[in-house]
Amino acid sequence: MASNCNSSESERQRIAQQRLKIIAGHLQKEEDGELPRIFANDCKAEATDRRSSSASTMPKRRQEIMKWNGWGYSDSRFLFNKKGQAEFTGKRYRLSGMIMPSLKDWFEGTFGANLQHKTPAVPSLNSSDVQPPSLNEAFVQDLKASSIPCSNEAEDRVFRAHGHCLHEIFALREGRFGRVPDMVVWPNSHDDVVKIVELASKHNVCLIPYGGGTSVSSALECPPEEVRSIVSLDTSQMNRILWIDEKNLTAHVEAGIIGQDLERALNESGYCTGHEPDSMEFSSLGGWVATRASGMKKNIYGNIEDLVIHLKMVTPRGVIEKSCQGPRMSTGPDIHHFILGSEGTLGVVTEVTMKIRPIPEYQKYGSVVFPNFEQGVACLREVAKQRCAPASIRLMDNAQFQFGHALKPQVSSIFTSFLDGLKKFYITKFKGFDPHCLCVATLLFEGDRERVLQHEKRVYDIAAKFGGLAAGEDNGQRGYMLTFVIAYLRDLGMDYYVMGESFETSVPWDRVLDLCRNVKERIVRECKEKGVQFSPLSTCRVTQTYDAGACVYFYFAFNYRGLADPVHVYEQVEHAAREEILANGGSLSHHHGVGKLRKQWMKESISNVGLGMLKSVKDFVDPDNIFGNRNLL
Amino acid sequence: MAAFAEATRIFFRIIQTTHHLQNTAVPGGRTTSPASLQKKMQELATLVTPASQTDNTMDQDQYQREWPALRQTYPPGSPALTRNAERKHYTTRGTGQAVGSQDTTGSGNRTHVPGFHSAVRFRQLPRPLKTIVLQSEQLRYVINQVSKESGEATDIVQEEAVAIVEEMAHRLQLSTIRFFAFALSKAFKTLFRSVHVNEEGIQRLQQAIQEHPVVLLPSHRSYIDFLMMSYILYTYDLSLPVIAAGMDFLGMKFVGEMLRMSGAFFIRRSFGGDKLYWAVFSEYVKTMLRNGYAPIEFFLEGTRSRTCKSLTPKLGLLNIVMDPFFKGEVFDVSLVPISISYERVLEETLYARELLGVPKPKESTSGLLKARRILSEDYGSIHVYFGQPTSVRSLAQGKINRSHYNLIPRFIPRKCSEDTQSFVNDTAYSLVRRQEENMVLRPWVLIATILMQNLDGMDSELLAEQTTWLRGLAMAFGAFLDWPDQAPIAKVVSSSLALHHGLVCSSGGRVRLEEGPQETASPEEALFNRAVGVLSCASYRNQILHIFLRPALVAVALETAATSRNDDVYGSFVYLRNVFSNEFILCPGADVQDFEEGCYLLMKCGAVQMLTQDIVVTERGQSILSFLSGMLEPFLQGYQVVCRYFCEEASEGLMEKEYVPAVRSFAVKRILSDGLKCYEALSSDLQKNALAALLRLNALRKVKAADQVSLKVNKMAAKAVEDTLGGKVPVQKPVLARL
Ligand SMILES: Cc1cc2nc3c(=O)[nH]c(=O)nc-3n(C[C@H](O)[C@H](O)[C@H](O)COP(=O)(O)OP(=O)(O)OC[C@H]3O[C@@H](n4cnc5c(N)ncnc54)[C@H](O)[C@@H]3O)c2cc1C
Repeated sequence: MASNCNSSESERQRIAQQRLKIIAGHLQKEEDGELPRIFANDCKAEATDRRSSSASTMPKRRQEIMKWNGWGYSDSRFLFNKKGQAEFTGKRYRLSGMIMPSLKDWFEGTFGANLQHKTPAVPSLNSSDVQPPSLNEAFVQDLKASSIPCSNEAEDRVFRAHGHCLHEIFALREGRFGRVPDMVVWPNSHDDVVKIVELASKHNVCLIPYGGGTSVSSALECPPEEVRSIVSLDTSQMNRILWIDEKNLTAHVEAGIIGQDLERALNESGYCTGHEPDSMEFSSLGGWVATRASGMKKNIYGNIEDLVIHLKMVTPRGVIEKSCQGPRMSTGPDIHHFILGSEGTLGVVTEVTMKIRPIPEYQKYGSVVFPNFEQGVACLREVAKQRCAPASIRLMDNAQFQFGHALKPQVSSIFTSFLDGLKKFYITKFKGFDPHCLCVATLLFEGDRERVLQHEKRVYDIAAKFGGLAAGEDNGQRGYMLTFVIAYLRDLGMDYYVMGESFETSVPWDRVLDLCRNVKERIVRECKEKGVQFSPLSTCRVTQTYDAGACVYFYFAFNYRGLADPVHVYEQVEHAAREEILANGGSLSHHHGVGKLRKQWMKESISNVGLGMLKSVKDFVDPDNIFGNRNLL
Repeated sequence: MAAFAEATRIFFRIIQTTHHLQNTAVPGGRTTSPASLQKKMQELATLVTPASQTDNTMDQDQYQREWPALRQTYPPGSPALTRNAERKHYTTRGTGQAVGSQDTTGSGNRTHVPGFHSAVRFRQLPRPLKTIVLQSEQLRYVINQVSKESGEATDIVQEEAVAIVEEMAHRLQLSTIRFFAFALSKAFKTLFRSVHVNEEGIQRLQQAIQEHPVVLLPSHRSYIDFLMMSYILYTYDLSLPVIAAGMDFLGMKFVGEMLRMSGAFFIRRSFGGDKLYWAVFSEYVKTMLRNGYAPIEFFLEGTRSRTCKSLTPKLGLLNIVMDPFFKGEVFDVSLVPISISYERVLEETLYARELLGVPKPKESTSGLLKARRILSEDYGSIHVYFGQPTSVRSLAQGKINRSHYNLIPRFIPRKCSEDTQSFVNDTAYSLVRRQEENMVLRPWVLIATILMQNLDGMDSELLAEQTTWLRGLAMAFGAFLDWPDQAPIAKVVSSSLALHHGLVCSSGGRVRLEEGPQETASPEEALFNRAVGVLSCASYRNQILHIFLRPALVAVALETAATSRNDDVYGSFVYLRNVFSNEFILCPGADVQDFEEGCYLLMKCGAVQMLTQDIVVTERGQSILSFLSGMLEPFLQGYQVVCRYFCEEASEGLMEKEYVPAVRSFAVKRILSDGLKCYEALSSDLQKNALAALLRLNALRKVKAADQVSLKVNKMAAKAVEDTLGGKVPVQKPVLARL
C-alpha cells in the first residue's frame, strides 16, 4: 500500500530541497574540520530490508531474525573472543564488527566476574519442553474459516510468552517455559481484529495483544492461573501508514507498525513523528499507546499522549473512537486516557492518527562534563526552568560515564581518539575535576541550523554556570548510540554470571538527588544483605526533564556466583529499590508501565477510589475478561 | 608546641585500656540479650589481646575493598583506622598510678602520638554553615510565616534569625581544642586513676562515621561528660563532634566561649512556642547532618541526672536528627548510645544538696574554679562504652511510611504524625536502656545498694558477705560489672569504702553512712546533713537499679497483689509500672515484655516458680524478693508521703510552684515526728516524679488561672494510691481498667 497518496510534484521538490539543505549542513561541518554528523536514527540497526517504506522489518516468524532467548537481532551480539577481547558481531550497528579492548577489564573489575566462569544459555529451544497447546476447537474452526493466519507451533508461542524482564530472559536461557500462549494469530487489519475479538468473546478465549514484545513489566506473561485457551494477537502485520495529511500534519497509521519502520517511511516523505523510545527498533505504535511510552526527543515532539490525535480500539463491547480530530476537546474526561496505558486489558488498538513534523533540517549532538552529579542535576533543572531543553538532554552519573569509556572501540572513525581527546581534556580543562566524581550530560539539538546553534550556545552558557564544560559532539553521539547496543550487553553479562536490569521513575526536581542517592545505596545494601558476594553496579541517569520534575533511569547489575536462587535475590533487590523510590517521592513508573510486575503498588499509587474507577471501566468494557493478561488491576 | 607534646604524653598515661574486668563467670541470660552481653564482655577483654589473636581487621579491609560504594557516601574518615592495627599492641595494665610506662609489649614506644589531627576539622561545606542555614528554604519559609503572623517586616525577622544563629553557633578552633586537650589531660590525670574505653566501640564508630551521619548520645551524669567525649574522640583521631549544649554554660563568660570554640553550640533550655527559634535550631542541626559535616552529639536525657538514674528521654532533638532520614535527605542516620560511668561522680554531694533544695549554684566561672578543690581528690576511674551504632533506617523499617512526605514540600514544617511520634519515643527509650545496659558498674555500687537498706550501719563482715551475694545476683541478672581481679572480697570492700570516704565511714568493724557534723546542728540541720549523705549514697544504688528494676517490681507486685495468681500479680505490676513510669526508664507499652523479663529473671535465680496459674515464691526466694522489694521501698514510701501530703495538708488551690517546698517541709516534719527513715521523700526529683504520677492517675488536676497553675486534689484517689502502694489494699480492677 502506498504510504503517501497525496504527494504532489511540488511536494516532492520541497522535500528534495530539504534533504539538500541537510546534506549541505553536513558538508559545511566537514569543512569546519569536524566529523560528519549522524542522525539519531543512524545509530540504530539497519533494517533487514530498506527497499520500500511498506516493507516490514518484522516477519511473522520473528525467530528467523531475532533471538528467541535474548535481546534483538540474532546476528548481533557481544562476545569475548579467544583473545579475551570484547567484540560486537554483525553488520547492523556502527559498533558492529568492532573490538572493545577495555570492556573486559571493566567487566571483571566492576563485577568481579571472570571469563573462566561461564553460564551459557541452552543452545536451542526444545519444543518438547513446551506445554502442548490447549486449543478451543470451536474458536480455531471459526478463525480458520475467516482465513486469518495463525500458528500453534512451539517456537511461535514461546516467542510471544514474554517481554524483556530479567526473570523472563533468564528462564528462557535455562530452557524453562511457564504458561505460554496456545496460539498466535496475525490479523492483517482493523477488520480482522474486530473478527478475532468477536470470536474470542463468543468462545470465551483469552486474548493478549502483542506488539513488539519489548515490554519490561511482565505485561506479556501469561497468567499461570488462566485456564482458558490463550491467544496471542500479534499486530506486526498491521504495519501500514494509511494516509498522511500534510495540511494538518497528521498521519493515520496501523498500530502494529514498528518504530523504526514508521520513522523510515515517514522520512521518505520528509516527515517524522519524532517519537523515539530507546526500544524503537522493535516496539510498536500500539505498544506505545498501551504503555504510555515516552521517546527520547519528547522535549520537541511530546510523549505518546501528546502525539496521539485519534485512536481506534477494538473491545469486547465494540469499537471505541472519537468522532472528529479536533486538536483538543472538552467532552468530559478524555476517553483516550482510558486507552493510553491500558496495557492490553481493554482491547486492541488498531489504528492511530498521530502528529507528524517535517524532518528537522539540522541535528547536532553535544556533551557537557560536570564536576559532579549534583551540579549536573542543578544544570538540568535550570535548563528546564528556562524551558530551553534541547530535543534530548540526559545526565549520566559517574559510573555510567566510566562504563561509556569501557565501550570505546579499538579503531573507528567516529570514535577517533576519543579517550585521548578526553585525556587531553583532563589535563587542560578538567584539571580540577575528580575523575571519580565527574559526570556527563549528552545533548541532541534539532531544528534549523541557525536556531540550533543559538540554542546550543544558550544551553552551554547555562551549563557553564554550573561548572559544566563542553566536551565535544562525539561524546554526545556515543552516548546516544550506546542506548541501542546497551540492551545487548545484558546477554553478555548473563553468559558470565552477571545479571542486570533497568527501571525508571519520575520525581519532582527537589527530590531528584536524594532519590538517586538513596535508591543506588539501597541497591548496594540489599545486595549485600542478600548475600551477593561482590558489590553491584548501581548507577542512574536523568533521562528526561519536565517543568516540575525529571525522569530517572537506574541500572543495576551484579555477579550472582554463589547464590542459590539468583533470580529471587534479584527480585527482592528490585522490589526494595522500588519501595525506596516510592518512599522518596518517586512514581511507580514514568513510562515502562505497571504490567504485573508493579501491580502490588497500584492501590498505594492511585488510591482505592482510583483503582475502583479503573476496575469499573474494565468491568464495563470487558465483563468476561477476554483481555485477560491481568495487568494493572 | 612543647606544651602540646607534654599534654599528649601525659594524656597517654591516662587513657589506658586496662584489663580488670571480670572475665570469669559470664553473666547468664538477661531475657533481653544474653548473647550480646556475653559479646560485650569479650569485647572489652579483646582490647588487651595481642593483635595476632584478634585479627578481624582483614575481614574489614576485604569488606571495604569489595563494597566501595558503601563508603563513598560519606566524607573520608580520619586516619585512625590504620592506626588500629598498631593500637592493638597496647596491652597496658595497672590501674592507678599511671606514671611511668605501661607498655608491656616491651617496645617501649608509644605508637600513638597524635601529631596532626586531620579529623578535628569539620567537613568542608560549599558555603559557611550559618549562611546555609540562614538561606535555607526551610528558614525562609518560617521567616515569612512569622513575619505574616506578627506583622513584622521580613528583614527584621531575618535579623532575629541571624541573632539566633550567632548566639547558637559553634566556632571550632584548632588551638582551643589543643588547649583543652592539654588542660584536660592534666586535670583528668589528677582526678582519675584511669579512663577505659572500649576500642571495639571506637572502631565501630569509625566505621559508622564513614558510612552515614552519626549522632552520639552519651549518658549525662556530669559536667565533664562532653569534655570527656571530645577528648576521647580527639585522642582516637575521630571527627570531633558538634555538641548541643545548654545555654546555662554561656553564663560562664570565658568558659562558654571556650566551649563554643571546641565545638559546642548552644540552645535555650526552653523555647516552647518560638517558631523562629525552633526553625533556626532544627535547621542548624539538620544542615550539619545532611552534609555529613560532623558527628552531632547531644544528651537524650536533656540534662544531667542528679540522681544517677537515667532520665526520661527528651524527644525534640532526636526528632530533629531523624527527620532528614524520614524525608529522604540522607540514606540513613546512625545513633550511637554511649555510657559514661564514673566510679565517683564529681558532683555527688552537689547534686544531693540540689535535690534537697539548696539552690543550684549558677554555672558561673567562679563556681567552676571552686571546683579546683575537687582536683585534689581521687575520683577513681571512668569507663566509656561506645555502644553499637543503630541505624534509624532499620529501626524505622515497617514502622514509618516515608511517602507520607511526598505531597508537601519538605521545607514546610509539619507536626509529625502519630506514628512518627511513637516511633521516636520508642527509639528514645530503647536508646536510654542501651545506655543503662552498657554502664560499667563498680563494687561500690553494690555496697551502696546494701547500705541503703541498712541506714543505721552494719557489720563489715556481713557487708562483705552480702556484697558477694548481691554480686552473684547482679551477674545472674546480666549486670556489666567491673570487679578487681582475684582480690579478696574484704579488700574489695575496704578499698571501695576508702575511695568513698566522704560518704561512709568504717570503725570498730561497723560500716555506716557519714553523718556530717552533728554537735551544733538543730534537728532539722542534722536531718538535712544526714539526707545529703543518704541521697549521695542513693545515687550509687541508683546506678544499678536498671538491673533489678523489673524483678523488683514483680517482687513488690507479689507482695501487694490480692492473690498469687498470675493475672493479679500482673495487674499489680502494671499498676506499679504506671506509677513509676517517670521515676524509672520503662518503655511505654512494654508492660508484657517487662513483666515477662522480671518473672524470667526471678525464675532464673530460683526465687519463684511459674505455674500455669500462679507465681510461687520458693524458699530461697524469700530473701531475694525481700531484698529486691527493699530496694524499691524508699520510692514506695516516698510516693506515699507525697500522697499523704495531698490528703492531709495540701491547701486548696496549691500553686504548682509551691508544691516542692511544701511537700518537702511536710516530709521533714514526718521524718522528725514519726521517726520515718524515708530521706528520699525529701528529694525534689522524687517529688516531681510523684506529682506527674498523681496527675496521670487522676488524683490531681492542674487548673490554670491567669499565669498561675494550681493543683486540684482528688483526695479519695490520692488516698487510694497511698494505700495501694502501702500494700493496704490490693490493686483495684477499676484502676486497672483505666490504665
Ligand atoms: C531496551 C529497551 C528500551 C526501552 N526503552 C523505552 C523507552 O525509551 N521509552 C519507553 O516508553 N519504553 C521503553 N521500553 C519499554 C517498551 O519498549 C515500551 O513499553 C513499549 O511501548 C512497548 O511496546 P511493544 O510494542 O513492544 O509492546 P509489547 O511489549 O508487545 O506489549 C506491551 C503491552 O502493551 C499491550 N499491547 C501491545 N500492543 C497493543 C495494541 N495494539 N493494543 C492494545 N494493547 C497492546 C500488550 O498486551 C502488553 O500489555 C524499553 C524496553 C526495552 C527492552
